[in-house]
Amino acid sequence: MIRIEKLHKSYPIGKDSLHVLKGIDLHIKEGEFVSIMGSSGSGKSTLLNIVGLLDVHDEGNYYLNGQLIKDLNEKKAAILRNKFLGFVFQSFNLISYKTALENVALPLYYKGMNRKERLKVALEYLDQVGLKDWANHLPNELSGGQKQRVAIARALVTKPKVVLADEPTGALDSTTTDSVMDLLKDINDQGMTVFVITHEEEVAEQTKRIVRLKDGVITSDELTKAAKAV
Amino acid sequence: MKFLFDSDTWQEIYGSIRKNKIRTVITIIGVLWGIFLLVVLLGAARGMDNGFKKIFGDFATNSVFVWTQRTDIPFKGFQKGRRFRLNMNDIDALKSEYSDKIKFLASRNQTNNLLVHDFKSGSFQVSGDYPVLDKIQKKNLIYGRFINENDINSLAKVTVISEDIYKQLFDKDEMPIGQYIKINNINYKVVGVYGPSKGIDLDGDTVYIPFSTFRKVYNTANKVDWMVITANPKIDIVQMESDIKLTLKSLHKVHPEDKRAFGSFNLGTQIDKFTGFLTGMQFLTWFVGIATLIAGVFAIGNILLITVKERTKEIGIRRALGATPKSIRQQIILESVFLTTVAGMLGIVFGGFVLYIIDTTIGQGEDAALVNPTVNIPIIFIAFVTLIVLGTLIGLIPAHMATIVKPIEALREE
Repeated sequence: MIRIEKLHKSYPIGKDSLHVLKGIDLHIKEGEFVSIMGSSGSGKSTLLNIVGLLDVHDEGNYYLNGQLIKDLNEKKAAILRNKFLGFVFQSFNLISYKTALENVALPLYYKGMNRKERLKVALEYLDQVGLKDWANHLPNELSGGQKQRVAIARALVTKPKVVLADEPTGALDSTTTDSVMDLLKDINDQGMTVFVITHEEEVAEQTKRIVRLKDGVITSDELTKAAKAV
Repeated sequence: MKFLFDSDTWQEIYGSIRKNKIRTVITIIGVLWGIFLLVVLLGAARGMDNGFKKIFGDFATNSVFVWTQRTDIPFKGFQKGRRFRLNMNDIDALKSEYSDKIKFLASRNQTNNLLVHDFKSGSFQVSGDYPVLDKIQKKNLIYGRFINENDINSLAKVTVISEDIYKQLFDKDEMPIGQYIKINNINYKVVGVYGPSKGIDLDGDTVYIPFSTFRKVYNTANKVDWMVITANPKIDIVQMESDIKLTLKSLHKVHPEDKRAFGSFNLGTQIDKFTGFLTGMQFLTWFVGIATLIAGVFAIGNILLITVKERTKEIGIRRALGATPKSIRQQIILESVFLTTVAGMLGIVFGGFVLYIIDTTIGQGEDAALVNPTVNIPIIFIAFVTLIVLGTLIGLIPAHMATIVKPIEALREE
């Protein structure tokens, strides 16, 4: 599903450039539940941005769903994002003046679905994350865990191939962290590829594969107990 | 163009406009003010124009008055300072020589006399006139009629008096028509009463009697005090004024260069001055109005630019969710156009409302400063379309700014 070969990325900082990713090789198959671990500055967010087509790499090859990602213009990237990827962010990134339901329905709007139909679909997904009763509430009326569940519903609503989660539990307490992780597990159990970035060991433990990143290179890549238990 | 009729597009715009109430209001006020000023200024200019037209009112505006003074240059054996009078021969000569140019020519003789009716009396101007005077300056008759040809031919002792004279000489509710008043101890039958005329009044409170009667009663022979000449439309009244004076000079053996011998007053020249002033006003109005409008549109662009900055994150989210740059651009331009349109419509409505207020408060009555202040619909339409076009163009700038920010950078902003 995701294949990365010798990926390099550097950011210009003044006259110098900061080499963030120094030759990453990573292959994630369909249906995997992978976490990327690493301290801040290890390059894990950069990796996610590149995988999520939010940023472009300098060198190496990136195949998404078998398609080589190269020289994408903004429009193509937007379409691919909409089609293949679902995003979950640390800070939820819900649009504050839209209700939970409208937030979930937004990706479908960009897909070109009509309003009636997309609200119906969005409501199904809200139901799936257990927030059907909160459909018409604005984000600021929801708790952190609820917001993140709305965000997950939004990531799922387009039936993406891959769900990309950037520190999905970073802003949550331990109880809600567990409920969010349970949700991600359920999603994975339904066969969706889930790609989580975290620096929390407990979160990573709940995934099936941990890739550790340090200073722009992969230091370890192993299956977790959870995966072995299955 | 399909997106224009998509309820979802408007849903999105409604959402973002509602979200940013303050900036929406401020933006709208900016443009509203611009088009409001344009409408009100144009209306006021029109009102002023109408006001001037009303002042000239019923008076034939391409008219010239001619009278005699004393000569200034000795000529053909006459000394300088000679007094002379216009006479009926001059009238006939002018009428024949300028038959194709003169529309009306009224010769007039005037004097002051005591008027008596029963026990009431007053001293007023008495004017010997031809019926044509009513055509040069329309008399606003309240009762009866003006002097007619019959009166002239029969030397009838009839008179037309002003409303004020009627009030002074007659009892309240007394019907003046058919009654007699004494002018200089001769009885005249009142055949008409006229009210204040609209616009310029030549004579003030005057009793009109037939020219022929005047001539006989006051024994003026063929002398004429002065005359009013109205030119045909499109005749250059200034040119005609000097031509006529030249003709008169030769008839009266006055030196052609003599500037004092004939006095004249040309309404056309005065009107030209007013018209020039009005044109200047109109130009100023357009200039100020359009400049304000442009300032308003720039304000919209400016505020949208700020909002785009504010909404960078939201735009980043939208793009992460699959919004193409085109859809983002469309939304922002449409927001701009929508705001300018709404603001424009409100401005026009408010402007119209203010013009209505002006019209009902100071736009009516005899001394109205602004008469019927209105703006033509096509002008408003053009201004409105220009506004929308400018709104679109100015929306392009923030729309472009919104799309050059990479989604990753937009999302990174906390």
